[in-house]
Amino acid sequence: MSTTAGHAAGGSNYLTAEHGLKSWLLTKDHKRIAVLYLISVSFFFMLGGLFASLVRAELLTPAGDLLSADSYNRAFTMHGVIMVFFFLIPAIPAVLGNFLVPVMIGAKDLAFPRINLLSWYVYNLAGLLGVWVLLQGGVDTGWTFYTPYSSVYSNTAVIPAAMAGFVAGFSSILTALNFVVTIHRMRAPGLTWFRLPLFIWSHYATSLIILLGTPVLAITLLALVLERGFGLGIFDPAMGGDPVLFQHLFWFYSHPAVYIMILPAMGIQSELVAAFARKRVFGYPVVAFASLAIAILGFLVWGHHMFTSSQSVYASTVFSVLTMLVAVPSAVKVFNWTATLHEGSISYETPMLYALGFIGLFTIGGLTGVMLGTMGIDLHVHDTYFVVAHFHYVMVGGTILGYLGGLHYWWPKMFGRMYNQFWSRIAAIVVFIGFNLTFLPQFVVGYLGMPRRYWSYPAEFQIWNVLSTAGATVLGLGLALPLVYLLMSLKNGALAGNNPWGAKGLEWETTSPPPTFNFDTPPVVTEEAYAYADSHLVEAGHSDKKGKKELHGV
Amino acid sequence: MSDHSSSTLAHHFDSHEQQREASTVGMWAFLVTEIMFFGGLFLAYVLYRSRYPQTFADASNHLNVIWGGVNTVVLIASSLTMALAVRAAQLANRKTIVLMLILTLVLGCVFLGIKAVEYKEKFDHHLVPGKNFQYDGANGQKAQIFFSLYFAMTGLHAVHMVIGAGLLIWMIVLAHKGVFTAEYHNHIENVGLYWHFVDIVWIFLFPLLYLLGFHVGH
Amino acid sequence: MSVHVEPVKTYVMVFSALMVLTVATVFVAYFDLGLLNNFVAMGIALTKASLVVLIFMHVRHGSKLTKMIALGGFLWLIFLFLFPLADYDTRGLLGPLGK
Repeated sequence: MSTTAGHAAGGSNYLTAEHGLKSWLLTKDHKRIAVLYLISVSFFFMLGGLFASLVRAELLTPAGDLLSADSYNRAFTMHGVIMVFFFLIPAIPAVLGNFLVPVMIGAKDLAFPRINLLSWYVYNLAGLLGVWVLLQGGVDTGWTFYTPYSSVYSNTAVIPAAMAGFVAGFSSILTALNFVVTIHRMRAPGLTWFRLPLFIWSHYATSLIILLGTPVLAITLLALVLERGFGLGIFDPAMGGDPVLFQHLFWFYSHPAVYIMILPAMGIQSELVAAFARKRVFGYPVVAFASLAIAILGFLVWGHHMFTSSQSVYASTVFSVLTMLVAVPSAVKVFNWTATLHEGSISYETPMLYALGFIGLFTIGGLTGVMLGTMGIDLHVHDTYFVVAHFHYVMVGGTILGYLGGLHYWWPKMFGRMYNQFWSRIAAIVVFIGFNLTFLPQFVVGYLGMPRRYWSYPAEFQIWNVLSTAGATVLGLGLALPLVYLLMSLKNGALAGNNPWGAKGLEWETTSPPPTFNFDTPPVVTEEAYAYADSHLVEAGHSDKKGKKELHGV
Repeated sequence: MSDHSSSTLAHHFDSHEQQREASTVGMWAFLVTEIMFFGGLFLAYVLYRSRYPQTFADASNHLNVIWGGVNTVVLIASSLTMALAVRAAQLANRKTIVLMLILTLVLGCVFLGIKAVEYKEKFDHHLVPGKNFQYDGANGQKAQIFFSLYFAMTGLHAVHMVIGAGLLIWMIVLAHKGVFTAEYHNHIENVGLYWHFVDIVWIFLFPLLYLLGFHVGH
Repeated sequence: MSVHVEPVKTYVMVFSALMVLTVATVFVAYFDLGLLNNFVAMGIALTKASLVVLIFMHVRHGSKLTKMIALGGFLWLIFLFLFPLADYDTRGLLGPLGK
């Protein structure tokens, strides 16, 4: 254990401290585990993208001519299962969260380093089960596994797929446990709750959701396995069972799951907006509480997925009202980010491009979510491409843009190298254009009545599908670019230095890459988060009281 | 600042107190996931019981209340011995820790033994859901739902008991070696929490599954 | 900070209480009290569980955080039960939309 580890030139950092495969595969360092996760989730992201390509290729023409109907069902199911369980849920927490949570709070590691490593192995075990499912020809039930099709009638590898989901969920629980304990008990001296970066608040809220919701999915998948394996009948109407019970149990988790996917991205969003507007996040306490509100309220709205499933009108009404409510804290965050930008000193670095894209795309996704939460509208657009477009706006326009923005922001910290910033900006713009071209037409065609999960469609919908597939191609290109220039930066990139963005935050006060135990001397925190000196306000002659207070405080 | 010279304090913690608190909070957070895990099955049970009250009561009468009651007593007794084991660890009383842990393990095994007897009985009477299920009363299909839930819930509980037994063996070995001190016995505390939780699940399973149709008579 | 060590007597008393409650729940189940059977059975189970949580699991002397976590888990279980049962119990109460 080197006491001088991490000093800029010549000192060792977490990447160089030890060598050899064993030092990586048996590491307890949360930063190395984050890198291991980066490799794993990237692999699954590409696999999920492959299945998306199959779907979009088939939908170029109205007739089902590329794949058989059966294969098409498998393609969209595998796309959904892989993207949701193997990318969207783990990516930000397991890559960026694992790397940054201890550093941002001034700790040497997470509370349970060995459990952290175990979570990666459990994730890969789930991945192996997933690959096994693929080798068996995949599943065709949709990622929602509705019964009795999944439990009785489907002839695909449902049991291994359910097991893969179960194991992947367990991996996320281990990560969440670590985050909750670490944030509660390992903050640096002086780091009170309301001085924490909002990234931490988001990951805390996310971890609460994971702990409270994932087990219900686990038991549901286990019940599905038992049902299918032993012919039980709990979810089979022909045997006195209730398929809607499956839906209640499934969505009890799977709705909060979407907040597991978006909250970490919102956390990144707060960091990026503050850093590239050189300004404190407007209304910090409100944003912090909004994360908790989303986590809690998010558990009480799942019935909005079941408006057309014979759920009682009374319960549907309650779920609908609560759905309106849960939109409020999300909207509040959008207002706060916008207010942060206002009169900020804005620079258009690559992470900021993603952050700006996030605000617009998440707003569209969120507003269409409110539309879907309205029973009257949902009755018409349920199971159409309107829904597909909505959730891709929040999950890709929101989560993936957040992930990419975060990756581009913290890449120099993680690897000590800066990437090519011309190509990174190009990629961000290409992703934005490609994304909108893919999914905006889907709102239209969905509203016109094109159902989801259909492998052929009426000819009048073709133009929208062609636009969408063209967009998907552009999007794919944009997403491929980072793979190239980020990897190249590892060898050719300029050395980043401790704080290439000039940002506030404990992670920027240590070296890039950080030493194994994060800090040479454990930090003591004396200021608020994002304590940017409002020097530009004073220079411009603004008589802003807040600005003067800020300077005194600093 | 910190006693890092002690090998029982992990490098990323500043004190044994912080380590212990982190360990306890982590274990409780895990138990919350277990609550929600079993919760799903309890929901299914409550739903179907309210839907098919008569069939469920009849089916419940195929369970042996005596075995169930004895198991309840056994498990609660094991919770007592487990609590006493943790207490002994707090007082660093090595011999008592080992004795109490062994007693807890023995009682746990008695529980599992009785469950095995019960399961065998069900198997012999064709009450295991699946291809060989044969019910002697009315509404065989709905009764099968009862037995599906019975086996799922008690089976999941039994799996947790087996894991608990494994953890107990591990603790007995560590305690025997004298690893635990008044300052460092997180493991035993956490195994204790886990064991008590498994006991609590049974505290709910027993009345729900066994006593449901008791007043109706056999 | 020293950890509170519960006297043996306390544990034995809780054990005795749990035994009494177990006998009670079997005894009450023998009688047909209609809906009350459920309430009594669950009430007794909840009491037993509380004793185990507070005394055996040391929550009585635990940190505020531990208490919040235990309570949170219980609350979430309530949500899991409440909303689906609210669906099933209100089927057919309100007419179809627009009627």
